[in-house]
Amino acid sequence: MTAQIAAGATEESLHRATPEQRRARTVGILLLLLAAFVLWIFGLGVESTDTSTFNLSLPGAKYENIKWEVDSRMLSAILAAVIAFLGGLVLRRTYLRWTNVALAISLALTALSFLTWAAAGKSFSLVGMLVSTVVLSIPVTLGALSGLMCERVAVINISIEGQLLTSAFVGTIVGSAANIWIGFIAAVLVGALLGAVLAVLAIRYHIDQIIAGVVINIFALGLTSFLARRVLTAAPELNSPGRFASAKIPFFGDIPVIGPMFFDQNMFVYATFILVIVIHFGLFYTRWGLRSRSVGEHPKAADTVGIDVHKTRYRNVILGGCIAGLGGAFLTLSQVSRFEENLTAGIGFIGLAAMIFGRWMPFGALAAGLVFGFARALQQKLGILGTPIPSEFLSMLPYIVTIIVVAGVVGKSRPPAADGQPYIKQ
Amino acid sequence: MTESGSTPKPDNADKSSQPDPDQPNSEDFLKNATGVGSSLRQALLIPALALLSALVIGALIIAVTDVDSLKLWSSDPGEAFSSTLRGIGNAYKALFVGSLGSRRAITETLFAATPLILAGLAVAVGFQAGLFNIGANGQMHIGGLVGLWVGFSVSAPTIIHIPLAILGAIVGGALWGGLAGLLKARTGAHEVITTIMLNFIALFMVDYLLTGTLFQAQGRNDPISKRADTTAQFPTLFDNYRVHIGFLVALAAVWFVWWLMYRSTIGFEFRAVGANPDGGKYAGMNVAWVYVAVMAVSGSLAGLAGANQVLGLEPYRAFSGFAGDTGFDAIALALLGRSHPVGVLFAGLLFGGLRAGGLQMQGTAGIPVDLVLVLQALIIVFIAAPELVKAIFRIKSVDDGAKSTVSTGWGS
Repeated sequence: MTAQIAAGATEESLHRATPEQRRARTVGILLLLLAAFVLWIFGLGVESTDTSTFNLSLPGAKYENIKWEVDSRMLSAILAAVIAFLGGLVLRRTYLRWTNVALAISLALTALSFLTWAAAGKSFSLVGMLVSTVVLSIPVTLGALSGLMCERVAVINISIEGQLLTSAFVGTIVGSAANIWIGFIAAVLVGALLGAVLAVLAIRYHIDQIIAGVVINIFALGLTSFLARRVLTAAPELNSPGRFASAKIPFFGDIPVIGPMFFDQNMFVYATFILVIVIHFGLFYTRWGLRSRSVGEHPKAADTVGIDVHKTRYRNVILGGCIAGLGGAFLTLSQVSRFEENLTAGIGFIGLAAMIFGRWMPFGALAAGLVFGFARALQQKLGILGTPIPSEFLSMLPYIVTIIVVAGVVGKSRPPAADGQPYIKQ
Repeated sequence: MTESGSTPKPDNADKSSQPDPDQPNSEDFLKNATGVGSSLRQALLIPALALLSALVIGALIIAVTDVDSLKLWSSDPGEAFSSTLRGIGNAYKALFVGSLGSRRAITETLFAATPLILAGLAVAVGFQAGLFNIGANGQMHIGGLVGLWVGFSVSAPTIIHIPLAILGAIVGGALWGGLAGLLKARTGAHEVITTIMLNFIALFMVDYLLTGTLFQAQGRNDPISKRADTTAQFPTLFDNYRVHIGFLVALAAVWFVWWLMYRSTIGFEFRAVGANPDGGKYAGMNVAWVYVAVMAVSGSLAGLAGANQVLGLEPYRAFSGFAGDTGFDAIALALLGRSHPVGVLFAGLLFGGLRAGGLQMQGTAGIPVDLVLVLQALIIVFIAAPELVKAIFRIKSVDDGAKSTVSTGWGS
């Protein structure tokens, strides 16, 4: 009898599973399937005698020739076991808070297993790949942070792409005409200017914010392409700003793997990491953050307690523009050192996706940025390895993974409540 | 009332007064779009002034980037001034002549407008249902590929072949768009993310297929497809002009979308869910199904636009990224047209004219065609912010009502 009641109770509690519990179940099953996939494709897909060699140091580093030689099949089997273990843990649904962490770790392990498979019988510069990941994640992360700054005060910034493009352009021209530092400052200021334009259109003139953003994007693309063709072709000397050298941090920069990834980069990379921390701290532990969030969630209530809604919005949107300007400067003053038409090619939109993917949180934006950075690094490096899979499929894999993650795992992410709505003081 | 039956009458939700079925409520629409006043003269005032303002700013941009004339200012200001004016004059003359100045120009305008109208409709349908379809680009690619595949793999007389190819494009686009809708309906995945991702996936898929035996032209190593059969190529409307039956398809699509959104029960559900998903749910609508349907309809329109890009112009082949930026221009178009099919039609014609004229301007006056993008952006901003134009031209506000918000944020 008691057993029956207990069974009934269990069934009922299963029935009443909270969304988190249901999500955990989905994720757990997904992870078990992933483990099977890893074992079957990556583990059994290589010869049993194959070894993968990962180079963990760059040529010319202080501690050179650090290599990790590993039995390809064995490593994938171990990774599959770990993923299965994590899947089991998630399925037990005792630690619901760690669902996403387990998922993130599993995806990273899957990526490692994939690389093991691709590099079976060959040698692959893992650290080079990871350094590229960090570098390529920077504009995406900065774009996402820019969007986040605006959306936390309920202004949708879809013009990240245009802000990146324009500041990349201005950074190039001014950097070539004067010097690279002045170019950098000009790029950030132009980002701020476009932020201000967005703010005025959205806050002062109540234009639909998506319209305003799209307009800025079109305007930026048109104007920069127009000027590039009309001015830069006539004066090519304005299109070589040089680039910021990397500034190695003593001691830390020599640590294998982590050193070149995080401590031997140029200042844009350091600035991005610092910004992530500062914005997180600012949003959740300072008066400014509390006010910003209240303006984003319930502007009327914020107004009632004496917060100047419009001023807060102007300030944050302009700051967001500055951050996008930093990202634009990174593109031409650090990566390619030359402007080309439509140089951004959708990075701003990926930044937008990263912001939503990262659930409007600074560290989420960073994590999402790194995922996309890894995707683009993979695209660049896999050509060298020559896998049997057509390169196009490998290239689209990260986007497919993003869809799966967003669909099955992240679920509904909630934007600030007042997002996109103009505030009219009564 | 054109419909009868027990279903709730779709028109009841229409905020505007009962429109005449033969005459799309263009005046009401213009009123909504501009928010100026009810009379047609006033309603056209803002767009006209917006165009004028955009052209003035465009002239300034031409002037300050005219390097040769700028060099003259120190030695001979008079000559520099007249040279600058000549430059602007030549540019705008070419813009006008290239878009409206001759029969060829007008057909080129219609030719350029065709894919823009179709893709603009795709985005507009999404907006009306509260969905932001950034994925028109990917849907164009997939729809275009399927249409092209029908175009070279099936043998049939023209009268059957073209409808079949169009159907293929519709199905391809609908599947790609519907996928994003399905993901949103089933899992709550945000359509902005999924459609952006699907754009990239479609791009790579096109690259992959174009190097496979299924699509690649024989004897070629580069990613280019086989040529569509002559029976599947859209015939031109007039000899020696490029405008083709795709334009008629676009007009039919405008009518269809108008009928769908304002005359059918499904369209009513689309708009109701767009206005308030919770309200729609409460009224017994299947919101999840509406999301899938909206994205499928949207995708099928984009697929049609994609078919235009491969079956409507030389070389009648697909190549890497053949859809170009049309899918993104479409967002601007839908916004400019206030998501109303007739508005999108006019916006498409305007942008098509600017595109055709811009090419002429680049050819004869040496002004890069990208200036057209700047003009487009300025026109949209002036139309979207009537207050801005009123402030510039010091027009007294007549009636500020009816300023609708096109999109509703992220919808969540």
